[in-house]
Amino acid sequence: MTAFLVVIVIILFGISVWQMSRIFKLAQTKPTLNSEIATDKDNNTHGYLMMGFLAFIYILTIVSFWLWGDVLLPESGSEHGSKIDTLMLITMILIFFVGIITQGVLHYFAFIYRGNKVKRATFYADNDKLEFIWTIIPVITLAGLIIYGLFTWTDIMNVDKDDDPLIVELYAQQFNWKARYGGNDNTLGDANVRLIQGINQLGVDPADPNGQDDKIVTELHLPVGRKVLFKMRSQDVLHSAYMPHFRAQMNCVPGMVTQFAFTPTVTSEEMRQNDYIVEKVANINNLRSEKSKALTAAGEEALEPYEFDYVLICNKICGISHYNMQMKIIVESEEDYKAWLAKQPSLAEQLSNENK
Amino acid sequence: MSAHAQVHAVEDHHDDHGHHHKQTFVTKYIFSTDHKMISKQYMITGIFMGVIGILMSLLFRLQLAWPDHKFTIFEILLGKWGTDGVMDPSVYLALVTIHGTIMVFFVLTAGLSGTFSNLLIPLQIGARDMASGFLNMVSYWLFFISSVIMLGSLFVEAGPASAGWTIYPPLSALPQAIPGSGTGMTLWLISMAIFIAASLLGSLNFIVTVLNLRTKGMSMTRLPLTVWSFFLTAIIGVVSFPVLFSAALMLIMDRSFGTSFFLSDIYIAGEVLHHQGGSPVLFEHLFWFLGHPEVYIVILPAMGIVSEIMATNSRKPIFGYRAMVASLLTIAFLSTIVWGHHMFISGMNPFLGSVFTFTTLLIAIPSAVKSFNWITTLWRGKLQMNVAMLWCIAFVSTFITGGLTGIIMGDSALDINIHDTYFIVAHFHLVMGISAAYGFLAGVYHWFPKMFEGRMMNKKLGYIHFWVTSIGAYGIFFPMHFVGLAGLPRRYYTNTNFPYFDDLADINVVMTIFAIITIGVQVVFLYNFIHSMFYGKIGPKNPWNSTTLEWTAEVKHIHGNWDGPIPHVYRWSYDYSKLNKDETDFVIPGQDFIPQHIPLQDNEDELDH
Repeated sequence: MTAFLVVIVIILFGISVWQMSRIFKLAQTKPTLNSEIATDKDNNTHGYLMMGFLAFIYILTIVSFWLWGDVLLPESGSEHGSKIDTLMLITMILIFFVGIITQGVLHYFAFIYRGNKVKRATFYADNDKLEFIWTIIPVITLAGLIIYGLFTWTDIMNVDKDDDPLIVELYAQQFNWKARYGGNDNTLGDANVRLIQGINQLGVDPADPNGQDDKIVTELHLPVGRKVLFKMRSQDVLHSAYMPHFRAQMNCVPGMVTQFAFTPTVTSEEMRQNDYIVEKVANINNLRSEKSKALTAAGEEALEPYEFDYVLICNKICGISHYNMQMKIIVESEEDYKAWLAKQPSLAEQLSNENK
Repeated sequence: MSAHAQVHAVEDHHDDHGHHHKQTFVTKYIFSTDHKMISKQYMITGIFMGVIGILMSLLFRLQLAWPDHKFTIFEILLGKWGTDGVMDPSVYLALVTIHGTIMVFFVLTAGLSGTFSNLLIPLQIGARDMASGFLNMVSYWLFFISSVIMLGSLFVEAGPASAGWTIYPPLSALPQAIPGSGTGMTLWLISMAIFIAASLLGSLNFIVTVLNLRTKGMSMTRLPLTVWSFFLTAIIGVVSFPVLFSAALMLIMDRSFGTSFFLSDIYIAGEVLHHQGGSPVLFEHLFWFLGHPEVYIVILPAMGIVSEIMATNSRKPIFGYRAMVASLLTIAFLSTIVWGHHMFISGMNPFLGSVFTFTTLLIAIPSAVKSFNWITTLWRGKLQMNVAMLWCIAFVSTFITGGLTGIIMGDSALDINIHDTYFIVAHFHLVMGISAAYGFLAGVYHWFPKMFEGRMMNKKLGYIHFWVTSIGAYGIFFPMHFVGLAGLPRRYYTNTNFPYFDDLADINVVMTIFAIITIGVQVVFLYNFIHSMFYGKIGPKNPWNSTTLEWTAEVKHIHGNWDGPIPHVYRWSYDYSKLNKDETDFVIPGQDFIPQHIPLQDNEDELDH
């Protein structure tokens, strides 16, 4: 209501300004005739400022890299991720090269050809040769990028069943993640939201023999070096399973099963030892301890120090707590993974416990 | 030709009658059928909506930079969603949703295309008015109603639509999923349905006018690039907006009448819904079939405006007129077959992803041609640094920067890791948001005298407005790429739940400070705009020494634009600095431009452009 009143007040204020201006207008004599058109002096000033602006863009770029080069993602924790990173690097080099040159030329022309009384512009309407050149160069460059990109894409998205990937279901709901492992048979039991009941929160079909040994967990553990095929489901709205450190992402769509596969190559422990991450975590902890000081001074709880972990986050707007929908991912050795999995109860066990 | 006969009929009519109908306040300012007045109505409504949309961005930028801080302004403006100065997460989502909707549709579609298509199409092709003045008026008033409904939705009990401007179901379909998907979403859909009707009426009118009402001698290849761009924009609108209408209709059915176009297998708030067999991916296809052409609906008029103003102020013909038209046509065509690049990771078949990567990267070619041609237009020119010209140069700069990052987004393999992060937010703000806004501002500064009967905007204030805005825009959106590359998803109320992103705090503060400055300096523009409307200095009839027909029309707004017969056209619109046969002087001695209505002179060569 207050907001509505504020808007009304603003509108009324606008109307009164308008009315007042009409009164002034009626009271005013004829406006004078001196110019709002750029003079040679303006041309000169703004020609120089164009060069200043070019300097600003270049300096902004350099300063940004200098200040924030360390916020970028570390090297990829997955096999295909390094291919994406290479393609990204090549594309980045290309666009920086083109960007720096074209911005330079654009602003330099704006400066050097600033008008004055004596200058005469050249009537230069077209040049087929020139236009052909700058059509064909992008064509060739982009053809290269497209072909490279498509090979990478196909390579990532096509899952070879002969790899015998570990099958894991990622299950999204407002606002948390669950993971379901296929169990000993590495096969997921059929599931549907209509079967959700009691402890069977993922709606796994209790009659499906494949589902009996399925294991449902809230922390994702992955063995290093083995291909994992994720099957994604959502029970309510669209979510997106985003694992930035593995360069992996796929939407979770209610009513269908989507998939994405990758091979983790760096364990959580190894990633924590990575120089770049060590530095990044140290920086984050510095920021956190400073913040904690302010918090404790205000009588609030201090922040806990941060330790690096891979994380699965939701990257498709899904509701009020979209900003806090996450699951920890742990990449570990095959033995550790097996030991962890053995400790998790199977669905059959959970269901029978419930019925007891 | 029937078109010509019609033109003559209109002409004769006006020659015979000397009189003009008596205008009342209502027929002149409210239910006007005059294209010049409708253009101003679109512009002022667009600017008003722009102020609201931009202020919303200020609110959520404050939240993003200082998530722990309490702001009294939240409490004042957001009411129950800003209790004690803490922004509620649901209103954060509502703000980004309505900010996106308002800026994309109400400001950059209706505000840009509505203003300048209406003003310039009749004036630049030499027509007395639009083909149908009445439809034009209906179009504006439908747009007005849709704006009122959209703003009205801000005041409903559970809050306005908050599922993102893309309103993906099921989030937008189920009030259980988010409060904004109740009445707020209903109003959003009604508002957009009316908006689409308004846009279609406008677009059909533009197309018919350009095709039928060109003055004698105004062949398609003599049209200024502005008219070409408005014409193609209107065609894209007619092709794609009805698809959004159908999507909205189906969504309304799913929401209110129990159909299952987009919904299937949903368990929410403790119960299973009956919906079965629909697919949210279908909605994404329908939405982006409009949504992607939409960004070209936004950027093409800006491209046309920039081409025109840049040629005028360089005192040179636009370089490669035919290539500019061809690239507009190519972009318009390609824009309808690239929508899938918004859906690489939607669960769509990866093979389709490959196809869309291919078509998407093709768009870079005509875009590159346009950029090179603009740069070459500056080459060996005599640049007049009028405020409008500065916006054009800045447009090319942001278009290049934003366009280049598009090569990354358009590549499906690279999209995997930056999809829906701040990288895309930075990309589209630069390439379509900021660039199109620059095009709009360039147009306002350039054609202000045409709209307000010879009054001009103050150039000093214009220069201040320009430099602060252009620096601020890069200051906001360049660092934003880093946030995206760090992996931070967009539409996060705060990132404090992820200690991993703690080191992004200072980038967020930098961006917000730039945003405050940039938004602040728009007040200078608003002041300049309103003040110049009433007290602006009266300039010459053709202040920028331009060749196009609008400057031959009467300075004072009259119904029918030209007091006498409408001018005939004998040349293209870019005869700037053309020399005579001996190359001793300009064709018209001492004047470096030849307006389109001047017949071919004895001392000049006829050139084939």
